[in-house]
Amino acid sequence: MPALQPEKSQHPSGDNRFKLLDRAITKHQSKGDALIEILHVAQGIFGYLKNDLLIYVAHALKLPLSRVYGVATFYHFFNLKPKGEHTFVLCMGTACYVKGAEQIQTALEERHQCKFGQTTKDNKVSFITARCVGPCGLAPVAVLDDAVVGKLNPETTIQYVEQRINALPEVIS
Amino acid sequence: MTLEDLREFAEQVQAKQGEKKERILFCSATGCVSCGSEKIRDVLKKQLLEHHIEKKCDVVGTGCMGLCGEGPLVKIHNDREDVLYQNVDESVAEQIVGSHIVNNKIVESYRCDTSVPFFASQLKIVLENCGEINAESIDEYIAVDGYTALGKVLTEMQPNDVIDEIRKSGLRGRGGAGYPTGLKWDIVRKAKGEQKYIVCNADEGDLGAFMDRSVMEGDPHRVLEGMAIAGYAIGASQGYIYCRAEYPLAIERLKLAIKHAEKIGLLGNRILESDFNFRIDMRIGAGAYVCGEETALLQSIEGKRGNPKPRPPYPSEKGLWGMPTVINNVETFANIAPIIRNGNEWFAQIGTEKSKGTKVFALAGNIKNTGLIEVPMGIPLRKIIFDIGGGTTEGTEFKAAQTGGPSGGCIPAEHLDLPVDYESLTTVGSIMGSGGLIVMDSTSSMVDVAKFFMQFCMDESCGKCIPCRVGTRHIYGLLDKISKKKATQDDMVLLEELCMMVKETSLCGLGQSAPNPVLSTLRFFKHEYEQLLQPVEMFMGDGETVADFKK
Repeated sequence: MPALQPEKSQHPSGDNRFKLLDRAITKHQSKGDALIEILHVAQGIFGYLKNDLLIYVAHALKLPLSRVYGVATFYHFFNLKPKGEHTFVLCMGTACYVKGAEQIQTALEERHQCKFGQTTKDNKVSFITARCVGPCGLAPVAVLDDAVVGKLNPETTIQYVEQRINALPEVIS
Repeated sequence: MTLEDLREFAEQVQAKQGEKKERILFCSATGCVSCGSEKIRDVLKKQLLEHHIEKKCDVVGTGCMGLCGEGPLVKIHNDREDVLYQNVDESVAEQIVGSHIVNNKIVESYRCDTSVPFFASQLKIVLENCGEINAESIDEYIAVDGYTALGKVLTEMQPNDVIDEIRKSGLRGRGGAGYPTGLKWDIVRKAKGEQKYIVCNADEGDLGAFMDRSVMEGDPHRVLEGMAIAGYAIGASQGYIYCRAEYPLAIERLKLAIKHAEKIGLLGNRILESDFNFRIDMRIGAGAYVCGEETALLQSIEGKRGNPKPRPPYPSEKGLWGMPTVINNVETFANIAPIIRNGNEWFAQIGTEKSKGTKVFALAGNIKNTGLIEVPMGIPLRKIIFDIGGGTTEGTEFKAAQTGGPSGGCIPAEHLDLPVDYESLTTVGSIMGSGGLIVMDSTSSMVDVAKFFMQFCMDESCGKCIPCRVGTRHIYGLLDKISKKKATQDDMVLLEELCMMVKETSLCGLGQSAPNPVLSTLRFFKHEYEQLLQPVEMFMGDGETVADFKK
């Protein structure tokens, strides 16, 4: 029978991304109070927190799964579902609201036939609203993938999103 | 390193800076970075290389320079004068080097006039280094007397003296409620516990507030120094900074600052060769507004859901892991070092009788000069909005100023002469809050504004206590009904009743203050609500529910 044992450099699960997660857990000495930090790391590596991942974290930190699940669902920052290829986060802070963020929201929802809080059917863009991302001087503001774009209006926003969707996928180094 | 070494080191850095003819400072806070200030830095550096003057000139990334609406901002500093440029793009950056630096000719068309009230009416204590020093360099902070306050405390003062000094200065918490800082420290110092903690609340969740972010991005060491002094005063050896995840740049700079300070012995064990040990760790939030409430914040640091706890016991008796804990806001800690350096009398002469010192405000909304300002307490609101802020954007009329985020209220035009201090703002149903100041003009409907804030509170309610969880939902439903012109006078009565109920029976600050925006708009803009009401007869026999919770 051929040996099915994973190579030494591999994580037992066969997914090396867990090695990165293990490193973070060791760094925090498997302490339960580092749960939020660990979940941040996990989401950073895997993109979202699937159930298996939560079970894995619960085991590693010796916490009841209910507590891990409770924390993961309490905080808005954690996603339990996969996101689209791109994310568009529209700021809905007071400054942006006063300067017309709602019109941008309606325009985008009509253009892409997708409500905020959801991902488009072709899985290209996830539309999310946020509560104040900080650069209020540039209101209305949005965060497109990792770049902050400011002083928006409905037309320019639609343009930005189209550009991003149609851009060639970047080579991941 | 001892205090003597520190002073010597500061002189060395100052001498080194003096060798350079000119310093080009570019704003590297979030606002300007998103307008492309990093690209500007590259152009500036390239231009300096082309003109072969890279050795005479430093290009330095600083914290927020204040006028965020006109970014990217670049400042040229030399021994003669400071010149500030606004709206700098790549071609302007080339001109700045080619004309200003090389030929000493100022590029007038992009120069920002710093004699206007926006700059001239400010008084900077917390922000004194923001926009002046390299935020990522501990050397530059030390060169401007950084960590000397900590040195003074460790060598010349007893913990009691430190607390006395802070108490006499009259400093009050800058997070919103305005509890006297010295008193809080004294309680924790006297409380029994094997371990005590210092916690810095950097979970700046209020909408439209970005003061704390600017301080952390522009002058992180000032916060660390304030925390270490607090640690010495109350006898704590461990501090935590709880920062929201939405501020990646602030987190990065704080982490770097902690690393630098530990490396040269200004944090960690035996600080400045005294017996005092103090460590600071970062904790990152995960997007829950309620975690700005102190008991919820402590739960979150412990890695739990951010549910508030009933008080008492207050965190000053039973806080983090059941131990006495001091929780102060970023801006409060940022005030500590200057008070120790300059003495309590100096600080106490600024501001009003009950509110001492300065306050940082984030100006945003329909106002000409958006950005970050610091003014002495007691300044009239009118001066902030019309002199410093430059009034509303062209062609519109001022309607209301909103302070205190979702916990605050809207202040109408007739109360504009109110001095800005803790007590005065409370008399008109608003609060000082953490310092967000949003200006609304005649285009904003106040019912919509109230609905907007209520939706926020409804979403952010943690769900632990019923008045907040259910109450905010129903208030939102009623506001929605009113704004869709489907409500009657009866709904107004119900709305007011419900607001009072939520305010008086909720467990934590979030619920207790959630109805404030509704109550304050009801007080000053009731006619806007009444215009939307329908006569009662219209709805006879129509049993359809009209509130729409989905949106």
